Amino acid sequence: MALIADYLVQGCQMLLMLLLAPLLTGWVRVFKARLLRRRGPSPLQPYRDLFKLLRKEVVLADSASWLFRVAPYLIFAALWVAAALVPTFAGGLPFSWTADLIAIVALLGTARFFLALAGLDVGTSFGGIGSSREMMIASLAEPAMLMMVFTLSLLAGTTELSSVARFMLTAEVGLRVSLGLALLALVMVAIAENARIPVDNPATHLELTMVHEAMVLEYSGRHLALIELGASLKLLLYISLLGCIFAPWGMAVVGEGLTAYLIGVGAYLAKLAFGGFLLALFETSIAKMRVFRVDQFLGAALMLGLLGALLLFVSRSL
Amino acid sequence: MNASSLRTVLEGGRPVAGHRPWPRVIVTPELWIALSEGLAGGAWTLLGLWGESGMAHLAAHEPSTGTLGVASLPCPDGWFPSVGRLHPPAQRLERAIADLVGLQPVDAPDSRPWLDHGRWPVSHPLGLATPSIGALPPYPFLPVEGESLHQIPVGPVHAGIIEPGHFRFTANGEAVVRLEERLGYVHKGIESLLTGAALERAARLVGRVSGDSTVAYALAFARAVEAATETIVPDHAHWLRALLAELERLANHLGDIGAICNDAAFALMLAHCAVLRERVLRASAACFGHRLLMDCIVPGGVAADLPADSAKVLRALVAELRRRFPPLVELYDNTASLQDRTVGTGFVRPALIRQFGCGGTIGRAGGRAFDARRQPGYPPYDQLEFATPVLDESDVNARIWLRIHEVEQSLTLIERILERLPSGPVRGALNRPGQPCEGVALVEGFRGDVLVWLRLAADGTVVRCHPRDPSWFQWPLLEAAIENNIVADFPLCNKSFNCSYSGHDL
Repeated sequence: MALIADYLVQGCQMLLMLLLAPLLTGWVRVFKARLLRRRGPSPLQPYRDLFKLLRKEVVLADSASWLFRVAPYLIFAALWVAAALVPTFAGGLPFSWTADLIAIVALLGTARFFLALAGLDVGTSFGGIGSSREMMIASLAEPAMLMMVFTLSLLAGTTELSSVARFMLTAEVGLRVSLGLALLALVMVAIAENARIPVDNPATHLELTMVHEAMVLEYSGRHLALIELGASLKLLLYISLLGCIFAPWGMAVVGEGLTAYLIGVGAYLAKLAFGGFLLALFETSIAKMRVFRVDQFLGAALMLGLLGALLLFVSRSL
Repeated sequence: MNASSLRTVLEGGRPVAGHRPWPRVIVTPELWIALSEGLAGGAWTLLGLWGESGMAHLAAHEPSTGTLGVASLPCPDGWFPSVGRLHPPAQRLERAIADLVGLQPVDAPDSRPWLDHGRWPVSHPLGLATPSIGALPPYPFLPVEGESLHQIPVGPVHAGIIEPGHFRFTANGEAVVRLEERLGYVHKGIESLLTGAALERAARLVGRVSGDSTVAYALAFARAVEAATETIVPDHAHWLRALLAELERLANHLGDIGAICNDAAFALMLAHCAVLRERVLRASAACFGHRLLMDCIVPGGVAADLPADSAKVLRALVAELRRRFPPLVELYDNTASLQDRTVGTGFVRPALIRQFGCGGTIGRAGGRAFDARRQPGYPPYDQLEFATPVLDESDVNARIWLRIHEVEQSLTLIERILERLPSGPVRGALNRPGQPCEGVALVEGFRGDVLVWLRLAADGTVVRCHPRDPSWFQWPLLEAAIENNIVADFPLCNKSFNCSYSGHDL
């Protein structure tokens, strides 16, 4: 019986991610609009867009291969699984042994790989530009992400997220320079990975400046809906990850009962809202950087991650 | 040839009676070539090059003396010696003449069609207007050779809602090796529509060549008609026209400043500048009855006087802009991430700006101080004190700053105009020409100098009218501005130019 309840909670967690993802995207857009003193669309607009896209016909380029048609499903599946692995309102779920940071990085890498292939597949110049830029960004973001993972695992002794979250709640962690560096590195990687300003602009209509949007320019209908939902899931994943690792307060442990779960959900939603607000604030206050500055930006993230890991070898208390 | 002045050269031709205010002379091919050489030498600036059946016209300006003139070369055999052969700024104008009129520039370095994409029902609509032969061969873009180069075709349909134009990039990775523009997608046949039109209809047509510069176009057309018919415009009308022109400049510059920043994904500037632009448009609607000020300027004066409380509305507008604009300038100046994108991006060599006679913000941001309000000048600017800001950096940042300075100047001008606005009639009766007459006018719009040349029949209808947009001399420089930049910086360069497609494609 308890096992069934646990699996139920796990199922809720997976569905929650899927249902919340568009809301977070809409939430960030509302904040951005308000910061620009615009009224902005309702936070529910991404849901409407998704339903609209799902109903629309798929238009395929003549040169599109099977890969182009399959990629959206693969990308969506990989991103959903990755997002569902991150502990949100409760830790220690039945699947949490799979919630390994390195596994999540690998799933994200898989999704990106297929997206870049799909961008190249149709043979348009914009897809090619987008894919090449995305790969440049990825080749810098992934090592930075891994360095951040190493810092954490050196501290917590594991790369499994539920245990990391539990460890972070213990008193022995304290304030550590290496954790601060890892947090900064993760934030920078999250911005780059989610194609946000200053690395990419999700709202742009300028084909020549796009990264993520350039790769998906040729997609339409349900394919585009899946990719858009995937992008929302990725944003949710990163904010959840930040919440889970660096602000695990309020998170329930499996089997604690309904009250603990509700508190966990409430805390999780508050974390998301706060994360979305910070993202909107940051994006409004900065211009997009030149494409060739992205390597410096992500190089800094890599260095921060590396420094965090090195500090742990020098001193156990940093 | 540089030793002789433009005046001396023009005196070698046969003057045409009834062309005002500058002289128009019929020249021989030798004199035409001498003119081309003079333009190539850099002493004179090409103002315009257009054609009609059997004749090519060239307008030139000598900055050192302020001499202006139009030279006309009869082309009975359907050809004329190419000006573009010696003076590159003339090349696209010549290609347009070949497409529209059918006059062939001989020895032209570029004989490809320009405005005609093979989709018009007639060929040479301003010349013989023969039925079109149908599809043209594929447009050959200029070749680029080298390893690992790839082409990026952009447009004519863009992802945003903007005018259509095709840009062919050849890039090595992100670095742009060559950009070639292809325009003409918004050709509307304005010059054909103008032929035979009554003055009232013609004024409305010219006012719609490029919607954002409607005041500048209407003013240039009205001034050309008034020059041709020797009509005296009431003083009050002159001042109201200046007020209209400054309001248009203000609205467009504010919009541009925000839009350029938005292309660097800094939407905050766009949001605030758009609000200020909207304030200007609403004040314009309250005072002149049209947000974009269309059809406010008519030949002979302005359409209507200001309503009673306009001075108050406009003063409130100026006060609000003076209060709300400086913090935005400060925001621009203090946002390092934005400066990082604009400083040094899209540099155009000042020599190139002078060669092309590129006016407006692009010219003045690159050290060319030309402002048609000062030279040739027209009332009431001769009685108004204002500065012409000039910068030398010639990059995107300089073009933004120039717009900022011009916004400040326009605000001052509006205040001074309101202080000294004379009273009296706003419109004078146009003189009936009685005989064919010709007029020309050069007016400073927000984008640069707009030239309108026209010939009126004895009954006052338009025989031929040629409006020349400032963009003709700015589009080619965009190709130069993107050199040594990366592909992703093109939108920023393009927006800082903000050339008109419609005005160029006619």
